[in-house]
Amino acid sequence: MAFTLYSLIQTAILCTNAIAVLHEERFLSKRSGLDQGVSGFGDDPGIKAQVLNLIRSVRTVMRVPLIIVNSASIVLLLLFG
Amino acid sequence: MRHAASLRRLRRGEAAHRRRPARGRRGGAAVRGLTSANVTMDLPHHGYRASKQRGRPAPMGGESVLFDDTSTSASQGYYTPGYNMAAPSNDMQAGVNNLFTDPMANAAMMYGSSIANQGKDMVNKEISRFMSVNKLKYFFAVDTRYVLRKLMILMFPYTHQDWEVRYHRDTPLTPRQDVNAPDLYIPTMAFITYVLLAGMALGIQKRFSPEVLGLCASTALVWIIIEVLVMLLSLYLLTVHSDLSTFDLIAYSGYKYVGMIFTMLCGLLFGSDGYFVALAWSSCALMFFIVRSLKMKILTSLASDSMATGSSAKPQVRMYITVATAIFQPVIIYWLTSHLVR
Repeated sequence: MAFTLYSLIQTAILCTNAIAVLHEERFLSKRSGLDQGVSGFGDDPGIKAQVLNLIRSVRTVMRVPLIIVNSASIVLLLLFG
Repeated sequence: MRHAASLRRLRRGEAAHRRRPARGRRGGAAVRGLTSANVTMDLPHHGYRASKQRGRPAPMGGESVLFDDTSTSASQGYYTPGYNMAAPSNDMQAGVNNLFTDPMANAAMMYGSSIANQGKDMVNKEISRFMSVNKLKYFFAVDTRYVLRKLMILMFPYTHQDWEVRYHRDTPLTPRQDVNAPDLYIPTMAFITYVLLAGMALGIQKRFSPEVLGLCASTALVWIIIEVLVMLLSLYLLTVHSDLSTFDLIAYSGYKYVGMIFTMLCGLLFGSDGYFVALAWSSCALMFFIVRSLKMKILTSLASDSMATGSSAKPQVRMYITVATAIFQPVIIYWLTSHLVR
């Protein structure tokens, strides 16, 4: 299994795109039904809450850079195959 | 009388000590400021002290020019090849002395060195936005004794007694002072050595081409990145509050390259049997090392967050993480070296 750096970049772009296209109200709100109930202050949030936090923060942070990177990769793939 | 004399000696000693670090910094202006401060402060007490201060600014002036000289000639070595398309840097050093006589070339050199300094400052600023360079310097503060002892511990960790990372007033000790501290020098050098060894192994089997070398290097690098990302993700998701930073994880992931190099060498020298024996030996040693080192950092973190909620779950989960990391090491060693040693 020979990885090149280009394949790593491709994997990163594809995974971030997958996280960015999850639908907020149909999918994520359903999954976080227990989250708002159990989140205390001194309590460590469970693994589900942490995953949802991570997904939400990735979506918020990476939305605009993903637009730029996707457009750039579309143009490059069209030009250079 | 004696008290005044000893006071004089003390003042001279500490003033000299104060002067020395300032000389290391850029420019004679800071030093001249210090010496003038000394003069105003100490003039009422000691007569010959004032004369010493007055004698000092002349060599200070020469010293600052000398300091600037070395930086411009060093930057000349980097930048004038672009400008002049001239000879190698040896001729550059000889030619630089001749260029001093020409004022135009002098002005051009000053301009070039100022641009070089600006570029250097800009690069430093940009880099320090992404990662703190001081934290990185901590990992490279090693010396020979540390490297030798660490390599021995990596290959034979069973007799090492004390695995605690020692602290000094809340900051961890540098690798020079503490043999348990992680460093980035050994992983970097081991990675480069692994890539070179892979090229040599392929060359011995007549399968070498320059692209394969780059492929090997980037494959190993990608595996490190994957492992560090999985470790970071698992430590975050399971809310394990340890003080392992990203660089620490990179360091602990990079220690497996030492085992890989040893395994490959034995495989090349002693054939397939030697390869498997060395693989078993270095896998056991590395698993022991990783479990003992990470146990200190992950399992004995703050007790405050595990008191109230499910303290039965926490130590188990942390042990799972440690053991999973340890089991991953031999797998990846086998994966990355078996195709090189047939």
